[in-house]
Amino acid sequence: MDVFHSILLLISSSFFIVALRSLSSPHTARNGNLLGMIGMIIALLSALSFHSTNDIYIIIALLSGALIGIYSAMKINIKSLPEMIAAFNGLGGMAAVLISLAEITEKNNDYLPNSIGLIIGALAFSGSIIAILKLSGKIFSGTIIFKGQHIINLLLFTAIIFLCFLLIFKENIRLFYIMGALSFLLGILLVLPIGGADMPIIISVLNAYSGFAAIGIGFVMNSVIMVIIGTLVGVSGTVLAYIMTKSMNRSLANVILGNIAGNKKNNIISTDKNIHRSSPEDAAFMMENATNIIIVVGYGLAVAQAQIILKKMADILENKYSDNVKFAIHPVAGRMPGHMNVLLAEAGVDYEKIFALDDINNDFASTDIAIVVGANDIVNPAAETDKNSPLYGMPVLEVWKAKTVFVIKRSLSSGYAGVENPLFFYDNTLMIFGDAKEVLEKIVQNLE
Amino acid sequence: MSCMETMYLFEILILSAFIGYFVIWGITPALHSPLMSVSNAISGIVIIGGILSFENSENINSEIMSFTAIFLASVNIFGGFALSERMLKMFKKKSDQKGKK
Repeated sequence: MDVFHSILLLISSSFFIVALRSLSSPHTARNGNLLGMIGMIIALLSALSFHSTNDIYIIIALLSGALIGIYSAMKINIKSLPEMIAAFNGLGGMAAVLISLAEITEKNNDYLPNSIGLIIGALAFSGSIIAILKLSGKIFSGTIIFKGQHIINLLLFTAIIFLCFLLIFKENIRLFYIMGALSFLLGILLVLPIGGADMPIIISVLNAYSGFAAIGIGFVMNSVIMVIIGTLVGVSGTVLAYIMTKSMNRSLANVILGNIAGNKKNNIISTDKNIHRSSPEDAAFMMENATNIIIVVGYGLAVAQAQIILKKMADILENKYSDNVKFAIHPVAGRMPGHMNVLLAEAGVDYEKIFALDDINNDFASTDIAIVVGANDIVNPAAETDKNSPLYGMPVLEVWKAKTVFVIKRSLSSGYAGVENPLFFYDNTLMIFGDAKEVLEKIVQNLE
Repeated sequence: MSCMETMYLFEILILSAFIGYFVIWGITPALHSPLMSVSNAISGIVIIGGILSFENSENINSEIMSFTAIFLASVNIFGGFALSERMLKMFKKKSDQKGKK
């Protein structure tokens, strides 16, 4: 590595840092992505400028990867965005695994950094595969728990750490392979018990892993840029995971151990309580006469693919009845951090009308109508009042402070946490049962 | 790898962690999805490791492995950036519409 390459990589790293920084506002975000691409091109050119006889193969691998990557990113349905992000995380992890294996077979006897690249890369890869299968509903998307699971995980973890240390003193390629296989297994077992609503956390963690794996490879290759970028990505994923767990009032350990599932069994919804049913027609009538409306969206909106019709409803309310319509998004709504924001952006909702939890919670008291579409746990008042509730302490959107609350929902079933939602039985809550898309279409018809 | 080189990389790691920490907290929650997508794309930087490893390879096994690593990391990089671009375009559209109005 000479001065020329060092300077190129220094420039490239700066581009990456500014790129991430640009994501602080939607105005600058797209430039940020562009800066990231420029940074990557500089880094690639610097690596390719070393010249060797094998350059042609490298170009082939690079271009075919680029084609497939761009093609799949362009073709994928926005609905499958979380799966796609998990898939890319997994690929980065697998690349780290392969590099560490290649280096070890080439008699690079620097075992510790290679082990780190291998272990974390393998965790990222197999964890992502399970996450994708869960997100796409190919395997049961809830929590999968079997007896002795925690003990098996602990044993696997201990064995991996033990092998990792053993390899520093006693170089042995076979043990290295075994360690890799155990890491793949651990990745599967760690993600299996994690259910639907905890997905934003696990996706963030997998994101962090793909960064940590890059750090390991950076130490193997003695490469400053890989350490810098790996750390940035690792920190980014960790901070996101932290924000997500805070928004659920849970610890990371609690999520990984799948503890919330323990509360699932004995929660049968009591049907004898009084609920107030309403219809799309009534809702439309009340909305026409309202002034302030807040729409709360949850994962159900994505499932029903009702974002376009929701945006249409908001537009009619604003333009025809000059209502003041805002959108509220809870940090953990959806299956990845910021999922609902992307969904509403896809529908064309102005991001200045979309508010985060802290910015809008005080507004509910002065709101005529709060509409809850496809959300449950994030609007559960028990999180504030019922000390025995598993949700207690989780920050929630205080929709019940609005004069009237409409909840559009398929049935009375409990949310992911398996907790009954007292909101449904409040006097100012009106339930509209049905598919979110159909209900919203009916409301729009009536408004028109 | 010598001890000094390792220490040097550790210093870089710690300083980068501080930069990352402050940069990431400044990011608006609305853009958390594109953030993951962009950070994911740049984590494909392991591709450089793949390229170096490929060029140093002397046996066919490690060549195949590092070749595949370059390929996978490339999918990760270009796919990640394309996906972020697609997402961010949706966010951009509104301010444009607004400007026209």
